Amino acid sequence: MIGQSLHDLWFGFGVAFQGSNLLWSFFGVLVGNLIGVLPGMGALQAISILLPLTYVMHPVPAILMLAGIFYGSQYGGAIGAILMNMPSHPPHAVTCLDGYPMTKQGKGGVALGVTMISSFFAASVGIVVMIFASPLLVQIAFKFGPTEIFSIMMLGLLAGSTMSRGSALKGVAMTVFGLLCGVVGTDVNSGSFRFAFDLPELSDGLELVAISMGLFGVADFLLNVNRMKSIGDTGTLKLSDMRPSREELKRAFPAMIRGTIVGTIFGAMPGTGPTITTFIAYALERKVSKTPAAFGTGMIEGVAGPEASAHSKTQVDFIPTMSLGIPGDAVMALILGALLIQGIQPGPQLITEHPDIFWGLIASFWIGNVILVVLNVPLIGVWVKLLKVPYKYLFPAAMFFIAVGVFSTQNSLFQIWEVLVFGIIGALLMSLEFSVAPILLGFVLGPMVEENFRRALLLSRGDMSVFVTRPISGTFIGLCVLLLIGVGYSAWRGSRRKSQLLPDAPEGAPPAEAVTLGK
Amino acid sequence: MQHSTGGGAASQASRAPSTFKKDYYGGALMVIVGLAAAYAGYGYRVGELAHMGPGFFPVALGLLLAFIGLLMVISARGQQPAPEAAVSHGHPSGLPDLRGCVCIVLGILSFLLLGEYGGLLPATFAIVFISALGDRDNTLREALLLALAMMVIAVVVFWWALSLQLPLFQWGG
Repeated sequence: MIGQSLHDLWFGFGVAFQGSNLLWSFFGVLVGNLIGVLPGMGALQAISILLPLTYVMHPVPAILMLAGIFYGSQYGGAIGAILMNMPSHPPHAVTCLDGYPMTKQGKGGVALGVTMISSFFAASVGIVVMIFASPLLVQIAFKFGPTEIFSIMMLGLLAGSTMSRGSALKGVAMTVFGLLCGVVGTDVNSGSFRFAFDLPELSDGLELVAISMGLFGVADFLLNVNRMKSIGDTGTLKLSDMRPSREELKRAFPAMIRGTIVGTIFGAMPGTGPTITTFIAYALERKVSKTPAAFGTGMIEGVAGPEASAHSKTQVDFIPTMSLGIPGDAVMALILGALLIQGIQPGPQLITEHPDIFWGLIASFWIGNVILVVLNVPLIGVWVKLLKVPYKYLFPAAMFFIAVGVFSTQNSLFQIWEVLVFGIIGALLMSLEFSVAPILLGFVLGPMVEENFRRALLLSRGDMSVFVTRPISGTFIGLCVLLLIGVGYSAWRGSRRKSQLLPDAPEGAPPAEAVTLGK
Repeated sequence: MQHSTGGGAASQASRAPSTFKKDYYGGALMVIVGLAAAYAGYGYRVGELAHMGPGFFPVALGLLLAFIGLLMVISARGQQPAPEAAVSHGHPSGLPDLRGCVCIVLGILSFLLLGEYGGLLPATFAIVFISALGDRDNTLREALLLALAMMVIAVVVFWWALSLQLPLFQWGG
């Protein structure tokens, strides 16, 4: 079976090396990197902006480009964090802690160099894991019926919403809100319109691009306007500054390996966001370090570990997305949406039905990571300059790109109304300190959750116990319950520490799970 | 911004009372949205477990959302919220800037209006110019130049290279 995988991988390299595919992959990495460096713009925004472009493309280059944007923007985020102390992308917040002090000591170049090495190393490990783990996972996945799919989706949604930033309860609320947004449009089973407000344009449901542009683009601008000035000044940076010394490499290398392991483990679990992964990697580095007190003053381990974990997680994240059709986070949900738009249903059959996409994607990861390294060596000076573009020019230009981009998805102005509405909703929710990413997760999975839920209960003649009695499904539901208990317990302990009174949250948690299962 | 996290956490803690309210109103909002969705879903056929109608899933989700909202309200009343990482996308909390928001919304509305009745170029100019005016640091001249630059991009990239299905000029839809 491993021989088969290697053979398929060879085929994948053939696909990825085709001229046009290579070009799109390069384009994706470049643009992703460019957007990722900008403050407030991460992979989500980059992919949202370029998603309309993929509609006219062949599926293979489309997905290669999106993947390129994804890891390109991730690397770009690290650049902003290290040079500017600006976590343009939440997972890199941790990189700021030691990366920016290194810049202040004049070692910003070294930090970037180490980031580059650890991300390349971690991504390579992630790719190897992906090559060998995916076919195994697929064999299990073929045993999945609607019952199992519903249960694992519940687990994915729950994990995605409870483990992301902020309060777990709010995350779950946002996921449910996203599921509700997915209901809008024509019901596939009965053909009746739901939540369409008598607007014929809504009969096909809400537009994924419009929602993500509204929630992550316009909402961000609404909250940030007149709050953000120019990003700052870091001076110049030369290529020779980027080479770490032998001693620094010796310190960074073990951290890199630990970070990679953390990222790989978390990547295999659907729903664990990249932010939590980098924070855990950082915490681990501090724990194993002989001088934990020195962290935060420019420790190279504090940069290498989290960055390695972020990149190996990025790669491994593609496994559940591609082979089970269950995205780990909002970015993966967007990529999943792009595949669906192309008429490709991710799932266990993807590897056999579209080997060119699956193996081409894996091969392009490697090529893309090489491109990333090659690109960033000469471009580092450009990134530094780009960070000086003032916000007051940035956001009006971005508004135009959003409007035109969304228009081009269906050549209709109606989608822009959706952007406006979701922009306002997003700004409102964010100012109430909700994190809006789970909305996207719920929105993309919503129709599939409903479909499988209805099908499972149709098959079992309305018997709810089927979700618990079938072994695979029961395992997932059990994990859901464990997760809820864990979250409830930590919330309870947290609230006990803060105030001695009213432990409402834990008593509330079990009913929440009962409703989730029993609705 | 010398000690970004330390300073952030401290300022967050001092803002605890406002967070307290935020959870309360956020929860209340979820209750309202959930109940409204459940009510609307009830209008479609709900059906039974073995044969669900189109209304079943929305009603279930709406009730679940309302329930979660209720839990939020209850827990917001009882406990001081943890000073959690407020770096959601890195923007500061508090009320957003009114002039900026109004200009951004007006910019989008004018793009919609002019896209329908004027064509791509007027719409491009409107959205960039109006939203640029939302920033208090932009002068009229800067906004004008930025809008003109974007019009060039609109013509070259979107109209010519990507052949966007929106004429450059059109009169009255």
